[in-house]
Amino acid sequence: MGLKGKIGIALGAVVIAVAAAVGYMMFVMAPPSDLDLARSKKTAKGLYAVEIAPENPAFERNMLHGWIATVKTADGVAVEDAQITVDGGMPQHGHGLPTAPQVTAALGDGRYRIEGVRFNMSGWWEFKLHVSAAAGEDDVTFNLSL
Amino acid sequence: MSRSTSASSMVRRALSGVVFAALLVLAGCSGDEFTDAERATIASLSLDQLPPLPADPSNRVADDRLAAAFGATLFFEPRLSGHGDVSCSTCHQIDRQFQDDRPLGRGVGLTDRRTMPLAGVAWSPWQFWDGRKDSLWAQALGPLEDAREHGGNRTAYAHFITTSLKDRYERIFGPLPDLSGIPQNAGPLGNAEERAVWESISEAKRAEIDTVFANIGKSIAAFERSIRHEETRFDRFAKAIAAGETPQGDAALDESERLGLRLFIGRANCVTCHAGPRFSDEHFHNTGVPQPPELPEDSGRAAGIPKALADPFNCLSRHSDAKPEQCGELRFVAKDDHAMLRAFKTPSLRGAVSRPPYMHSGQIATIEDVIDHYAAAPRPPKGESELKPLTLSEPEKQALVAFLKMLDPRTSPVN
Ligand code: HEC
Ligand code: HEC
Ligand SMILES: [Cu+2]
Repeated sequence: MGLKGKIGIALGAVVIAVAAAVGYMMFVMAPPSDLDLARSKKTAKGLYAVEIAPENPAFERNMLHGWIATVKTADGVAVEDAQITVDGGMPQHGHGLPTAPQVTAALGDGRYRIEGVRFNMSGWWEFKLHVSAAAGEDDVTFNLSL
Repeated sequence: MSRSTSASSMVRRALSGVVFAALLVLAGCSGDEFTDAERATIASLSLDQLPPLPADPSNRVADDRLAAAFGATLFFEPRLSGHGDVSCSTCHQIDRQFQDDRPLGRGVGLTDRRTMPLAGVAWSPWQFWDGRKDSLWAQALGPLEDAREHGGNRTAYAHFITTSLKDRYERIFGPLPDLSGIPQNAGPLGNAEERAVWESISEAKRAEIDTVFANIGKSIAAFERSIRHEETRFDRFAKAIAAGETPQGDAALDESERLGLRLFIGRANCVTCHAGPRFSDEHFHNTGVPQPPELPEDSGRAAGIPKALADPFNCLSRHSDAKPEQCGELRFVAKDDHAMLRAFKTPSLRGAVSRPPYMHSGQIATIEDVIDHYAAAPRPPKGESELKPLTLSEPEKQALVAFLKMLDPRTSPVN
């Protein structure tokens, strides 16, 4: 290999190293690009199918707002007697939700109103529901990107 | 020989080219261009993105102009104090961004905390460094009865309104209660004698005095809702960026300001907490600010939450004009969040450069020291700090300061 070839390889390595460092720095706080943002999911053990939707689709960072969670059994029957608790936070920042959201009403047809949600920062949030009903207890985690 | 010389100079040239390109990339990609994500963040910080003034259903006169004018009178009124020499404006000075440039606020005595500036406070759901009040009107009642601030009591204030400002009060709130025969000085938070006298007043009369007191707070709050942030150079820059235009004149950034902005919204992560047009997420964070040894131990928000919940003038109290379901902040407050130990409210950074000293008890003297604090991310005296150490070169530190200066209305030529 000639000198030019060696220089080329050395320069290539430098460029890759710089690019990697820059990439790390710029994306360290960005949500992972392959984040599953589905708003409709099976719970971890497969007991329930849960769908979430913001009451005000135009909610913004820092607004106190509500969500509707719709809970069905695995075979699609609305669950009316569920006890739901809400948890979550920002995995990349290591903190939880800034508020303590609660289910404030069962609206029928497996629909539940969750009030008191606030996302005070931009970025990747986890929104976790613990569902307890006749079929048993199960958990589901939704990802939100703000 | 000559071949190797030319080869090594070629390497040097090539390497310096790479280093230059790398520096450009490190400084933020392609020279002057911002990425779409950066543009969106810049636009989100612009003052014209501030949402409309949030309603305060707990204060029925929040947007009443007579009440706001009455509140302005009260805000600057030294007779609204124990010795007639302290008003809100003693500490919240109108020509100093409604703060006092001191490490600790000083009224009748010395307090434990730094006086907070008041521009845009009405956008903040929680008041004080520890958020122990859930509205501006409930907040205003605190200093009035604090022995180290106004040092007065609610019975004296009701008497003062009755003798000196009766007409203006009654035009807004209706008839004042009959206070004949009621002692001059009494209140539940006063000295032992004032508390004893307060207990001797009938419950019905005490409730009437409490209502006058709450209405003083509601009027002051109506006034405070008019204290706004001013447009800065940064806002002119951000407006241009949001519109896809090239910032012109004083809206254009120099190299250092541009680097500072990129750090602020990028690697230094300032924007995670100092977010939105107020440069605050209106929440509470432990950032490892030291506990001054001479002051009582301060738990910050962890102590503020139970106080807000127990406050007799909170949104759920009988002095509130809100329906319980309108008190979302209080109903859904996270009561036992361990991260709230020594967490303090994120201050707005608008105008911060020209109002040292910094932090909740004025612990940090200069803006340069603040940047050093963020670089070092010291261990907190209690709880867990959310900061991680940052490697910042001298030019990068200066760049962050240069950027913060753009948020100062004072450094912006007016026209
Ligand atoms: C002795 C000086 C002093 C006086 C007098 C005073 N304040 Fe303050 N103010 C402070 C200090 C210090 C703080 C922060 C206190 C804390 O967090 O415990 C503060 C905080 C505030 C806040 C909270 C701002 C925020 O962003 O959370 C508001 C609003 C406020 N004061 C309004 C008033 C009003 C209205 C009055 C008159 C009724 C008043 N202050 C009288 C010193 C003073
Ligand atoms: C984890 C949230 C968080 C991050 C990240 C953060 N800040 Fe802060 N900042 C705060 C809080 C909270 C305070 C008040 C802390 C206290 O008084 O204990 C504060 C205070 C300040 C102050 C003092 C303002 C005043 O009026 O006293 C300045 C200036 C400041 N921050 C600038 C920055 C800069 C620059 C960065 C990025 C290098 C940054 N902050 C990153 C939360 C944060
Ligand atoms: Cu976060």
